[in-house]
Amino acid sequence: MNQVWTLFKRELGGYFATPVAYVFIVIFLMLSGAFTFFVGRWYEQGQADLANFFVFHPWLYLFLVPAIAMRLWAEERKSGTVELLLTLPVTTTQAVLGKFLAAWAFIGIALVLTFPIWITVNYLGSPDNGAILAAYIGSLLMSGAFLAVGACISGATKSQVLAFIVSVVLCLLFVLAGFPLVTGFLSGWAPGWLIELVSSLSFYTHFQAISRGVLDLRDLVYFLSVIVIWLLANVLVVDMKKAA
Amino acid sequence: MIEIKDLTKAFGPFVAVDRISFGVRPGEVLGFLGPNGAGKSTTMKMITGFLTPTAGTVRVFGHDVVREPLKAKQLIGYLPEGAPAYGDMTPWQFLHFIAEVRGLRGEQRKQRVARVIDEVHLHEVLHQPIDTLSKGYKRRVGLAQAIVHEPQVLILDEPTDGLDPNQKQEVRDLIQRMGKDRIIIVSTHILEEVDAVCSRAVIIARGKVVADATPAELETRSIYHGAVTLQLDAVAEAAEALRALPGVAEVRIDSVAGQVTAFPRDGADLLAEAERLSGERGWVVKQIYRERGRLDDVFRRITTQEAA
Repeated sequence: MNQVWTLFKRELGGYFATPVAYVFIVIFLMLSGAFTFFVGRWYEQGQADLANFFVFHPWLYLFLVPAIAMRLWAEERKSGTVELLLTLPVTTTQAVLGKFLAAWAFIGIALVLTFPIWITVNYLGSPDNGAILAAYIGSLLMSGAFLAVGACISGATKSQVLAFIVSVVLCLLFVLAGFPLVTGFLSGWAPGWLIELVSSLSFYTHFQAISRGVLDLRDLVYFLSVIVIWLLANVLVVDMKKAA
Repeated sequence: MIEIKDLTKAFGPFVAVDRISFGVRPGEVLGFLGPNGAGKSTTMKMITGFLTPTAGTVRVFGHDVVREPLKAKQLIGYLPEGAPAYGDMTPWQFLHFIAEVRGLRGEQRKQRVARVIDEVHLHEVLHQPIDTLSKGYKRRVGLAQAIVHEPQVLILDEPTDGLDPNQKQEVRDLIQRMGKDRIIIVSTHILEEVDAVCSRAVIIARGKVVADATPAELETRSIYHGAVTLQLDAVAEAAEALRALPGVAEVRIDSVAGQVTAFPRDGADLLAEAERLSGERGWVVKQIYRERGRLDDVFRRITTQEAA
């Protein structure tokens, strides 16, 4: 755990040593604001909740989280520091965890910085703050799922661009799994249970309830298992690269 | 003690390292030589645990690198090729980070970091991002992180590559200082370096060990070993006379430099003979010397032999 903490500190510090962190946070805040107000018409709706703020998070994360995740391993492979990292007395699992948790914490910071909208909604009305907290937790969990996918893909290549594109496509599939686009493609020939299974894998479906403030244990377990599975895959990918 | 046994690494059908075996004891500075692509870096990456061997074992003080990676890694300091470092950190931050991962805490960490900063002279650039440093400084940062935990085993992949002569000398001094009671493996293709710092040289070519000896022993394998060179005006006459000596196998003339070199047959000592000859004939000899042998010549012959 000590080693994870040491790596975590270095990684998180790394974000703020370059403009990357600030640019990311500013863009995240601007986009989440723009979606909420202009696409979600939050103000005109006159409802004291943040459903129209959270509902766009899957789409926001779809591009922004792979942008954070793409550098996790690919950059280290490109610059050669991965050789340094993996010859230090740390296990692959510790390295994967340190990197993932730092990136997740960074996204968490960006998410926390959306607090003005929470203040605004409290100023304008009296929302259910428990529901808002639940939605924040759910959103953070979902971002972790996006991040775990991106981290694993980043571990497989030294090209950040490639890591970004593949991660976006994979994440898009996960988001769209519950949409007619994907279920319709399957419905002609696949058995019912498969369609059910695929659509139950959708980030979007699991987040819908959460964005309204309903924190169902099944959705939590779902996102946590997605994170765990992709991080295990990440460890495997990094170890396989050593043996390749 | 490092024991390498039948170490093999294959990338697909290409065998980069082919059943290499050797051992290194504390106090030895082992020069690891070979042409580019011979498998030097690959071998070092397997010793340090970055690459998993296809076959064979590496044991570092009894710890198998694959089975007990953490124990082995803790004993090793490693400077990878090109001295990679986190460019957004300053040397000060970077060295503290490495020291922390290496398990150094509190006062001990401060002391060790301060000491390596002294040792490789990083004071001037301590708080500049590593990305902005010159090649020489980056290399020193890489060296500093490799020795911060005072490892029993130091593995340096081309530590002087791209450095200027003064910096090279500094690195060699450092290696010699550290080499007294540890195991050091240095890869290089600068042969003078082997002479300067190594107590033993292992040469590999196409993934196989082709020589394992002290630099002095290797020099005796050179055709220049025991060769006597005279610098004088009467080049042609001297060449003629030397060629007639029974112990001379071959004579080469360098007319530009005005030199004659006689190569011995069966290890004959030619220096006394040549001196006697020049005294008899009354040549005005500006210079006369016997060579120990040339490593570059040995290197070239043994690394190209198999291919021929």
